[in-house]
Amino acid sequence: MSGNAISIDGVAVAFEPGQTIMQAAEAAGVYIPHLCHHPEFAPHGSCKLCTVKVNGRNGASCTVGAQPGMVVENNTAELNDGRRALTQMLFVEGNHFCPFCERSGNCQLQAVAYFLNMTSPHFEHFYPPREVDASHPEVLLDRNRCILCELCVRASREVDGKNVFGIAGRGIQARLVVNSHSGRLGDTGLAATDKAVQVCPVGAIIRKGTAFRVPVGKRLYDQAPISEVGTHVTGQGHGKT
Amino acid sequence: MAKLRVATTSLAGCFGCHMSFLDIDERLFSLVEAVEFDRSPLTDIKRCGPCDIGIVEGGVCNAENVHVLREFRRNCRILVAIGACAINGGVPAMRNNIDLWDCFQEVYQYEGGTEGRVVPNDPELPLPFDKVHPIYEVVKVDYFLPGCPPPADAIWRLLTDLAAGREPRLDYTMLHYD
Ligand code: SF4
Ligand code: SF4
Ligand code: FES
Repeated sequence: MSGNAISIDGVAVAFEPGQTIMQAAEAAGVYIPHLCHHPEFAPHGSCKLCTVKVNGRNGASCTVGAQPGMVVENNTAELNDGRRALTQMLFVEGNHFCPFCERSGNCQLQAVAYFLNMTSPHFEHFYPPREVDASHPEVLLDRNRCILCELCVRASREVDGKNVFGIAGRGIQARLVVNSHSGRLGDTGLAATDKAVQVCPVGAIIRKGTAFRVPVGKRLYDQAPISEVGTHVTGQGHGKT
Repeated sequence: MAKLRVATTSLAGCFGCHMSFLDIDERLFSLVEAVEFDRSPLTDIKRCGPCDIGIVEGGVCNAENVHVLREFRRNCRILVAIGACAINGGVPAMRNNIDLWDCFQEVYQYEGGTEGRVVPNDPELPLPFDKVHPIYEVVKVDYFLPGCPPPADAIWRLLTDLAAGREPRLDYTMLHYD
């Protein structure tokens, strides 16, 4: 291997100086499972789904910079077992009832779970009480499905310049909050076309009146896995970005 | 070859998974060649005897569900959870963050409720739980087949793999949560 290249599962992958392992992998078309990473935003490193082995040690590939000659393991049984356990925890920490979720079939959490061949959530369910906010005329916020990836927080602050969302509390108390005097979405300047609405990887932020338009069988992840279809779907499954 | 004994039941489910099971259509003929049914809504046998495979649809929402589930676990060599409800509570678990008494009032007492607006309270009725749980939180489950309901092809694949002593393998399109 010469120059700026790393190896991922034995395949040489070139990188530009300054790129993370995730960015190099994406440019080369190599899929590393992830949820809180989005190519248009700075790394967040919170979901740990993108964990790879870098020269024998675990690291979040969305935050670790690529260095010449790095040996990266990605699609291995051991790493995927760990990723599946993380995904199962995300399911039981929220209330994910896919059969009646507007995002089903276009949801990245669900698609990652399919990719990892997750057949059950394995852990005991928390069934946490979480609030739904339907106060905005065009956007629904269902915290039951929020995975706290902070993409909406980043998008609202950095792209929309509105600072509508935030995460409050720590650990199991962590929750998505809305920055308005009432704490309700209807009292913010959020617009349905905002980036914050489009980036949510799951069914937590939903554009009203757009759900269930695509029949089962034709949705984004119905026929092929997320590793082939891609991840960065705009808001309601209208295509990749 | 001795026929496989299979038991099936629907706990807190809608029988949709059983309907999907019947959707294997003409493959039912090959199935009855290879399989004998024990306790099941298809046979109306009331108690489960020793079986090779037990198939459970639905989650656990009351005391009777737990009795039936334990009876299945005691008697079945392989226990399979099929459908969203058996695996994460599904639609019935939508009530998990609503007070049980509020649910009862809504169903039996308010507009459109039962005649006389009384909440049924017969000793024959099983005791409802405050939350609906997936079956693996109560007994050990050997295999899971998600879906609401799982497609007939997936049920067929699972059964034929298990009958042949193979580790079940689903195609990508057979694994879905909705
Ligand atoms: S957000 Fe995704 S995983 Fe959660 S219920 Fe909706 S489709 Fe299922
Ligand atoms: S609402 Fe969506 S984008 Fe925002 S933190 Fe939750 S899952 Fe992430
Ligand atoms: S994608 Fe890297 S930690 Fe979430």
